[in-house]
Amino acid sequence: MSATTRHAMFVLRGNPVTALAATGMTLVVLVAVFSPWLAPYDPIASDVAHALQPPSAEHWAGTDQLGRDILSRILVATRLDLSIAVSAVGLSFVIGALVGGFCGYRGGRLDRWVGRIVDVLMAFPLFVLAMALVAAMGNRVENIVIATAIINLPFYTRFARAEVNVRRDAGWVEAARACGEGHLSVVLRFLLPNVLPAMAVQISLNLGWAILNAAGLSFIGLGVQASTPEWGIMVAEGARFITTGKWWLVGFPGLALMLTVLCFNLLGDGLRDILDPRMRT
Amino acid sequence: MRGTVLAIARRVGQRLLSSIPALLGVVIITFILMRVMPGDPAVFFASGPSAGKAEIEELRHKMGLDKPIPVQLVLYLKDVATGDLGRSLTTGQPVSTDIRRRLPASLELTFTALFIALLFAVPLGVTAALRPGSPVDHFVRMLCTLGVCVPTFVSGLLLIYVFYYLLGWAPDPTARIDIFAASPPEITGFYLIDFALTGEWAGWWAAFTQLLLPACTMALFVLAPLARMTRASMLSVLGGDFIRTASAMGLSRTRIIIVYALRNALLPVLTITGIVFSTMLGANVLVEKVFSWPGVASYALDALLAADYAPVQAFVLLMATIFVMVNVLIDVLYGIADPRVSVE
Repeated sequence: MSATTRHAMFVLRGNPVTALAATGMTLVVLVAVFSPWLAPYDPIASDVAHALQPPSAEHWAGTDQLGRDILSRILVATRLDLSIAVSAVGLSFVIGALVGGFCGYRGGRLDRWVGRIVDVLMAFPLFVLAMALVAAMGNRVENIVIATAIINLPFYTRFARAEVNVRRDAGWVEAARACGEGHLSVVLRFLLPNVLPAMAVQISLNLGWAILNAAGLSFIGLGVQASTPEWGIMVAEGARFITTGKWWLVGFPGLALMLTVLCFNLLGDGLRDILDPRMRT
Repeated sequence: MRGTVLAIARRVGQRLLSSIPALLGVVIITFILMRVMPGDPAVFFASGPSAGKAEIEELRHKMGLDKPIPVQLVLYLKDVATGDLGRSLTTGQPVSTDIRRRLPASLELTFTALFIALLFAVPLGVTAALRPGSPVDHFVRMLCTLGVCVPTFVSGLLLIYVFYYLLGWAPDPTARIDIFAASPPEITGFYLIDFALTGEWAGWWAAFTQLLLPACTMALFVLAPLARMTRASMLSVLGGDFIRTASAMGLSRTRIIIVYALRNALLPVLTITGIVFSTMLGANVLVEKVFSWPGVASYALDALLAADYAPVQAFVLLMATIFVMVNVLIDVLYGIADPRVSVE
């Protein structure tokens, strides 16, 4: 067993919550992959005769205003919500790490300009910027991904820049350069891989945030079409019925959102314990 | 003393000046985003689907939409510099009037929420820090972990379900005050203050109960970062030499905790409060929508969905400006609380 695995096992033993979060995460991913087979009903077939029914043995999570089975809709929505979050965070991670990495390494004019753009992005209330972006680019799911990626970008860029910057003149970087590595390869093969563990923690925490963000956008009616099974829009549709006591329309999609985000966040905390002992709380 | 005041003034001036490029960037980006938005507001606001081409052209001309975008941008910047934020096409009012009327509603909600959050977060964080590893500490940590996972629009709706539908304690969760009740005379625009000033305590109570649910929703959302930061900073302060000295000198525990530790521990909390405030500005959009709160965020959202540029641009600019102001304020407060900071 390598030292890293041993260390990971050691930390995990002291922190069963992380193991639990990892299990939960695996479940969520499995649901996302196999949801079409798991869903007991057709998620978009309406059945007005059985509309707005509370949870029962037939419909575990009740039915919505069109008689659609809420559980099936939640299960099927997992794939969409998860892929929005993963692709948004992936996109901003790749771009942020590259841009931030090169800026931190080279410094100079490029660095100053990128720094200024990041400052401008950070001056926006981020959710509002995402709203405006989706509205401007058009009401499509891809645009939710792009908007979420853009509002995440400043954090990754800053993070990668700072981490690369402190390592720029380290002995092993000098050594790599002395061995004849080009600048490009120093950044890509030496500096960025060293920054990666710290960024992994960020990614996990950001995924939760990205899911909430995407759900928030669709809650206000941006991005996802009304009939699509998606957690945010399900909450938005259920909102009309909350004052008459139909809690399951909001409660179950809300619970799905919460549990998924919880898994991501706990996993992020756990990853930090494993990868970065200095930050342990 | 006079030197300190001058130093603070210079610091404020510098910070404000250095934030101008970012604000300018915000204005330009928002402007461009609004212009590439699909949908032509002239068509939207023409008299009807049957409106002729000539009528639409005339509207476009009146709205300045027929000029090239760079020209429109320069004109817009000139207007903003003179305080003219344009006219909302949905309400027909100048945007600045609309915003002035609606801003107090948003600010009242945000400040109340922040107050509630601090009221709970600071004691929770302190208690957790006093006994690290105890059940209290674990409870606080769990609360924080859960708090950031629940989206505001879900927690708001569930609060409505429990307190309005099940318990019947909260009033109908729409708007700032019951539609049949009289709103207070317009003095500050903050209902709680206006009712208090005129001494109408029944109205004050009505406005307060109406405000409580949305404020709690938002407070839940920001409780976690505040409590977490209080705990962390309290822990590090409690480990300091001066705390050991104080207890060695026989000072009472309450005195040590409240006077010596807490005062020092609150500095980082102050910084986080600034960040939290700016996230609340964004979260306002969702909370105001859930509670039909007539604030600036719901105004901007309605305008956005109607392709009405001017209110959205003004809203984003306003939020960015408030954000910058809050940061400068936090900076100044920090400098006053801890004079070592302002030396550099």
